[in-house]
Formats: sequence, C-alpha cells, structure tokens
Amino acid sequence: MSSSNQTHSESGASPFEFLLQMGDNCLILAHRNSQWCGHGPALEEDIAIANISLDLIGQTQLWLGLAGEVEGAGRSADDLAYLRDAFDFRNLLLVERPNGDFGLTLMRQFLFDAWHLPMLKGLQQSTDQRVAEIAEKSVREVAYHLERSSDLIVRLGDGSEQSHQRMQSALDELWSYTGEMLDFDDLSPTLVSQGMVPQAQGIAEAFNQHVSETLQQATLTQPASEFVRRGGKTGIHSEHLGYVLAEMQFLQRAYPGATW
Amino acid sequence: MNTSTKHDGPSATHKAPVATRDKPSADVVRGWLQEVPDPEIPVISVVDLGIIRHIEWQADTLVVHVTPTYSGCPATAEINADIETRLRREGIDKIRLQRQLSPAWRTAWISDEGRAKLLDYGISPPVEGTGACGLGRPETTVCCPRCRSIDTENVSQFGSTPCKAAYRCNACLEPFDYFKCI
Repeated sequence: MSSSNQTHSESGASPFEFLLQMGDNCLILAHRNSQWCGHGPALEEDIAIANISLDLIGQTQLWLGLAGEVEGAGRSADDLAYLRDAFDFRNLLLVERPNGDFGLTLMRQFLFDAWHLPMLKGLQQSTDQRVAEIAEKSVREVAYHLERSSDLIVRLGDGSEQSHQRMQSALDELWSYTGEMLDFDDLSPTLVSQGMVPQAQGIAEAFNQHVSETLQQATLTQPASEFVRRGGKTGIHSEHLGYVLAEMQFLQRAYPGATW
Repeated sequence: MNTSTKHDGPSATHKAPVATRDKPSADVVRGWLQEVPDPEIPVISVVDLGIIRHIEWQADTLVVHVTPTYSGCPATAEINADIETRLRREGIDKIRLQRQLSPAWRTAWISDEGRAKLLDYGISPPVEGTGACGLGRPETTVCCPRCRSIDTENVSQFGSTPCKAAYRCNACLEPFDYFKCI
C-alpha cells in the first residue's frame, strides 16, 4: 500500500483525500439528518431518518478510520471528524445544504443515495482490499436508504398538489449540486487507473438511469440545466459547512480530549 | 458452567490461570459465548446472531473474530465488553477481539434457534432472499409474532433499531418489529 500513498507529486486528490471524501459525505449528511431527530413530520419518518444517520455515522468511522491509517500521522477517525476545519473537509456541497423543509431533506437524500449505492458497488471491486471491505459492509445498508428515499420521492412527487410542488422546487434547488458527484476529475488519475476507485462513467450512468426513472414515476421534471456547482471535493465549501462544524465540533473544541 | 458466585466481579475467579491448564477449545469458548446475550435483543445470544466468526489461540492469547451487524450499531462496543467480561470470568486474561468486516454480516447467519427465539420474543425473524436492492421494495410475506397471521403490512422500512422494520398486523392489529433481511 505504501506506494499508492505517495501521490503528493501528482496533481489531484490522494488516496487519503479520497477516503476523506467518502467519510466526510457520510458524516456531514448524517449530522444534517440528525438535526431532524424529534422534529420529523411523522414518527416513522423521524425514526427512519435517525436510523439512516446511525448507518452513515458507522460508515464514517470505517472510512475516516482507514483515512487516518493511510495518512500514517496517528490521527484517529474522531480526530479527523472533530479537529479539522472546513477547508480540510472533502464532502460534496450537496450534503452540506441546509435541511429546508422535509421535501428538500428527502430530495437531498435521494440524490445522494442514487449516487452512493452504485459508487459502493463499484468500490466493492477496489484493488485496495480495505476499501473493498468497507464498501461491502456499507452497500446493503445503503440499498435500504435508496429504497426508502426512492419510494418517498414517488409518493410525494405523485401525491397532493402541495407535495408535488415542494418536491419539484427541492429538485430544482438541488439539481446543480449533483454534477460534482459524477466526475472524478479532482482525483489523482492513478486512483482510477490502478483500480482503487471505479470509473466515473459507469457510476454516472447508474445514477442517471435510476434518477430519471424515479422522477418519471414521481411525475417530477428533471431540470434541463447542466450548470454544475463544485468545490466541496477540493475543500472550497459554502458558508453552511462552518455552521455544521460549529455545532458538531463544539464539545471537542471547548473541552479538548473529553471522553465519556 | 461457571463456578463464580453472583457477587464475584469479572476479576474474581476460583479457577487457575489459563497458562496452568489446557487452552479451552474453540467449541468450549463458543459454548460460553452462547450465554452472552445481545444487549438490544437479550433473548438471543451473540452466537445465535452469527457475529462470532472465528475463535482461535495465537500463542497464549485467545482471539475472537467478531463482525458488526450494522456498521453504526451502538451495541457493538457493549457486545465486545460483554464478550470480554464472560471470557475473563472463565479465567482467560489474554484476549483479543478482532473486528472482521468481510464477509459482511448477513441475517442468513442467524441460527434457527435464534429465529425461533426472536419470534417468541415478538420480533418477526428475517425472510431470507428479500434484502433491499435499492430498486423498489420487494414483496415480503411477514408473519405476525402475536397471532401468526401473514396478513401484515409494512409501516416503515426503519424500526426501533437499524436492523428492524416497523410492521402492523391487519388481523390482530398488533404493531410489531420485523428483523430486516440484509
């Protein structure tokens, strides 16, 4: 493995930064979803969203644990989660978007799940055994996430006039954030050529197919704009991430090393 | 099996240290772990749950390979502590719990005995072959643990813990947990 860690001379994200991308996506989305705990529109949805957060936090521990191991600087998953500042986070802009109403939260989850599942399926074939094992562990959990979010997108999209309108405006608001998931231009090319990370194209195709079929069933209109907002994967975040970190990291910042 | 009195803590034991007697076999250790309950569902043991993957001696250290159920399951740390406590009670002091991610845990590994205990406890056991593929909800026939009717309805794919879904029985109206297939 040591050879694949030495990518500093190349341009693009190193294996360490790629693992941060995977872990930070799970962590920030889990934190966003956890903000719904006790505020869900129905008891079942409140429980579902908290359980999905739990799955994602578990996956975060695996990804960030491996990132710390690959970095080799002695940082644990907790160190990486609680002691980095916004510009060192590598999550997609999509997952740091504010919760908005339940429709917006659900649409964000759906768009992420529709990418996350094929991404994990691809990573199951990773030439890095440790990456393949984490993907294998996560993939079945995420299949349930996508099943739920797709089901609800259809029910609310093809629901009442109000629910349809809210889901459509959520889709319109979030669509420009999906492009960042679908190409791996930010990564060091060797990550894909050496098979640690799958080809972007197959994942984009699976995403596009699932999303367009689901939106059609949901009677929602896929936005035509191809404008893509980028930045999260290279550490250039919106102002929203700072607020998330201020809340999430408060305890470790105020009381360094606190445990319970 | 254990001769300690109920007042004994994990460190108190009447047995000789392990170094002075034979190393207990994997089957014997498995038998002890058969008595360690899952903290969330105490009617089934960690062995019934299928999370004890391998037991071996490495020199004088007993190594138990444990696989997590769900990656974020909050019971994982407690399960490890319970396993360690049980083994110490048997006089084993050199223990290593090895986390094993692959092959990933699946509900097919829950024993038949474990399934019967789940149903008796009020949790409908997993129907194998119905795990989510992410492309729509499979039609699953789930049995009501109270009246055993199969006229039941999925209320939510997420229940009281990550491993369960919420169901309702249309025959006796009982709300119940279903252990999802994964």
